[in-house]
Amino acid sequence: MTTTTQAAMDAAELMSFEDAIETFEPVLGFEVHVELNTASKMFSSAPNAFGDEPNTNVNEVDLGMPGTLPVVNGKAVESAIRLGLALNCTIAQRCRFARKQYFYPDTPKNWQTSQYDEPIAFDGFVDVELDDGEIFRVEIERAHMEEDAGKLTHAGTSGRIHGADYSLVDYNRAGVPLIEIVSKPVTGAGSRAPEIARAYVSTIRDIVKGLGISDARMERGNVRCDANVSLMRPGAGVFGTRSETKNVNSIRAVEHAVTYEIRRHAGILSAGGSIVQETRHWKEDTRTTSSGRVKSDADDYRYFPEPDLVPIVTTPQWVESLRAELPEPPAKRRRRLREAWGYAEAEFRDVIAAGLLDQIEETVAHGASPAVARKWWMGEISRLANARDVEPAVLGVEPATIVELNDLIQAGTINDKIARQVLELHLDGAGAPAQIVQDRGLEVVSDDGALAAAVEKAMAENPDVVEKVKGGKFKAIGALIGPVMKETRGQADAGKVKEIVLQKLNMNSS
Amino acid sequence: MAPTPDSLIRLTAAQMSAKLRTGEITSVELTQAHLDRIGAVDETINAFIHVSGDEALQTAAAVDASRAAGGAEAEQLHPLAGVPIAIKDLIVTKGQPTTAGSKMLQGWMSPYDATVVEKIRTARMPILGKTNLDEFAMGSSTEHSAYGPTRNPWDITRIPGGSGGGSAAAVAAFEAPLALGTDTGGSIRQPGAVTGTVGTKPTYGGVSRYGAIAMASSLDQIGPVARTVEDAALLHDLIAGHDEKDSTSLAEAEYPEGRIPSFAEAATTKNVAGLRIGVIKQLQGSGYQAGVLSRFQEALDQLRDNGAEIVEVDCPSFDYALGAYYLIMPSEASSNLARYDGVRYGTRVLPESGPMTIERVMGATRAAGFGDEVKRRIILGTYALSAGYYDAYYGSAQKIRTLIQRDFEAAFERADVLVSPTSPTVAFPLEDKLDDPLAMYLNDVATIPANLAGIPGISVPGGLSEGLPVGIQFLAPAKEDARVYRAAAALERLLNDNDEPPLWAQVPALEEVTR
Repeated sequence: MTTTTQAAMDAAELMSFEDAIETFEPVLGFEVHVELNTASKMFSSAPNAFGDEPNTNVNEVDLGMPGTLPVVNGKAVESAIRLGLALNCTIAQRCRFARKQYFYPDTPKNWQTSQYDEPIAFDGFVDVELDDGEIFRVEIERAHMEEDAGKLTHAGTSGRIHGADYSLVDYNRAGVPLIEIVSKPVTGAGSRAPEIARAYVSTIRDIVKGLGISDARMERGNVRCDANVSLMRPGAGVFGTRSETKNVNSIRAVEHAVTYEIRRHAGILSAGGSIVQETRHWKEDTRTTSSGRVKSDADDYRYFPEPDLVPIVTTPQWVESLRAELPEPPAKRRRRLREAWGYAEAEFRDVIAAGLLDQIEETVAHGASPAVARKWWMGEISRLANARDVEPAVLGVEPATIVELNDLIQAGTINDKIARQVLELHLDGAGAPAQIVQDRGLEVVSDDGALAAAVEKAMAENPDVVEKVKGGKFKAIGALIGPVMKETRGQADAGKVKEIVLQKLNMNSS
Repeated sequence: MAPTPDSLIRLTAAQMSAKLRTGEITSVELTQAHLDRIGAVDETINAFIHVSGDEALQTAAAVDASRAAGGAEAEQLHPLAGVPIAIKDLIVTKGQPTTAGSKMLQGWMSPYDATVVEKIRTARMPILGKTNLDEFAMGSSTEHSAYGPTRNPWDITRIPGGSGGGSAAAVAAFEAPLALGTDTGGSIRQPGAVTGTVGTKPTYGGVSRYGAIAMASSLDQIGPVARTVEDAALLHDLIAGHDEKDSTSLAEAEYPEGRIPSFAEAATTKNVAGLRIGVIKQLQGSGYQAGVLSRFQEALDQLRDNGAEIVEVDCPSFDYALGAYYLIMPSEASSNLARYDGVRYGTRVLPESGPMTIERVMGATRAAGFGDEVKRRIILGTYALSAGYYDAYYGSAQKIRTLIQRDFEAAFERADVLVSPTSPTVAFPLEDKLDDPLAMYLNDVATIPANLAGIPGISVPGGLSEGLPVGIQFLAPAKEDARVYRAAAALERLLNDNDEPPLWAQVPALEEVTR
């Protein structure tokens, strides 16, 4: 880099996003790493588990001990094929692993076993749904299998290996199966580039989650995105120099990082500078990127075919049987469910955001109406989950319980308010809803005599309300329900109360 | 009369096995006799890097106890139970150090056993210790060991071959009846040839490589070292088989008859009538010592006289085998040896001055931990795999490898087995070729093609030239290891009929020359 370029870079300020898009055409590219949730690692029998004591989920293979050999995890290969199919890729009939060689202490053998010129899946696409429902197609170049590296923790102020007082290495993650999904360059995104980036990563996450091949938790690094950004002048026909932003570990961060890089590139380019091809690190706190390793095409990983592994052969029968069992693509499923349930767009979006699509679908499958299912999950269950500081999906409410509660309401055995109490008791371990109702005598008062007496008492104590009702203000009956509930310790059915009031006044509500 | 310790160690492994079974001798006596022999001669020979006497005697005593218990416990003993063995120090052993002949792994203890070692332990063979080798198996003379050179029992001023000179010398000097070796380009067969012992490189995938410290993954194979063909076959039978920890190991179903044949049974062959033996045109003539060629010719005559059909086969691509080998082997080695960086295990050397960065610690460790030959091959391999050179070097070498495989296929159309001298020369003097790597590499010219093609090969003694052993190599198609045992066993018998006592018994009395 020349000094003038450096000076121009330093001097350059971020351009506003609007101006940047006005002046340049952004080109995006994504490398998404998906950590598989297989029981064991990619090439060893050690457990694939997150969060354990450092260097406990390792064996001699993971530590690259002399004499050890890798063995391919068949389940991981199956996951890779299924993901490849879900990304509309061609599945290679024969593919190999290769050694990607570089010296770094998080890599026990000083090479990463990956796939180079023979990926298991290639030439696919994924349709991404944007906020306004528009579909944008991202072409997939390849999806290949590889192993994760260990985790380094650098002590000292630098936060990097250089300048650290010392570095700690945990090889629990070394050898965890990964699939890297590489997109083709995404052009024509224009001002929607950040939104497309977010939607793309979100879609990939939903796909792997739907396939059940990964825990897909971005905060744990199960899905990691490297976002490439470059800018070109409209009509230039040649891509600009790209930067590769790593550690973008949330859906929102992908959008912010792409926005930031577009603005940064535009600032440098319009100040006469040039972009350095480099790795950049995303910093969530400042929502900026910072310069990492300068990367060039001259990086020489000395790839060669892994001689310790035999080629992987995928028979057409195997691939077709996996294709036949693929779940419905997330976008398609969402459209189908939204139509079937008749939710308003905003309602549906809230359900997605709350992560309750599966729960509601299952509740409906158990016999609840879509409206009832949504009312419970988005209402009381979300409230309880919030109070207990957990995600509603993992609160511990079974769809069958909701249906049981709803049946009790429909049968007039309990009312809504009691039902909420029952749910809370159920969560605290008091048993099944019907059992709780029976054990605690929570049935609605159905003894007409007792209820009629309570209503009469309430009417006698509230003559003004009775007058209003007589005058045709049926809504005023609500003011009588409270006292009746009090009298019956909450076990009255509001509809029934209304019926009795009208009966006594020789009126009907129709 | 009870055998004396000195006569015990001169038995074949098969004879030891028989005498143990009948109770004529005990494993403790047998093991102790070998430990005594090691104590007497190994200061001179330096075949062992580590001797594990206590462990060996414990195993021996346990075998003797099982034998004494009689009944099912005695009957279930493996035929080789109680027969001691030495293990090349490239093969990892739990509870004993494994150095690979390198300073890099000085003091390193493997946390696991190699699959072959598990099999040895299951068969309850006392492990005498770990044998010397060229560092990381890189060499043809065992002079490139960080633990000093091994000497040839036939002439202690000469090399025992390499890289498995320790295993071959131990067996030749009666320090062990059997040993394990590894063969990447001839490291079992060439030491066998120059020490008058038998060594087999099995079909690639025939024996699990799990726990054999890798030099070149696509070429390495573990195999048996012995004094007789039958003994080698007995050990081969024990270590052969599929291993789920080695993806490149062969399943039984992949063998011609859906099972791995008994090599010991193949080694009982007495005649060669009708056997078609192909003489490889490219593996004789110039570069081969006259004495070696004479013994080779005599062996052919013997085979022909006894009914074998001798044909000449042409393998033109063999002229490029050495060149291809010296690209593929260092390429894979440069990668396999990348793990020795001082971060996780083994030697760590800190830079003497300057900043203490991870790269500099790795650099200082590798500079101090590796010897010159290892560095030479790492540099060669790193270069061959570099961007822009890959196709010209590694890529071209792989094409030659394919051509060599085709040459073999064509040759095996015309012959059941192929034959050649194992090594172009007899054992050369120590330090003779230490400064001339290319001359050293030429020792493996006849053994390398089998590794490149993944086929089995054996070296069997073919007599002496100027008092030093000459080896004859038989090769067979992949998974037809039984054929090399048949041919080698037949030749062994033919030569021993004329030559009493057997060649391996003619090793000079080492005590007399011990210094």
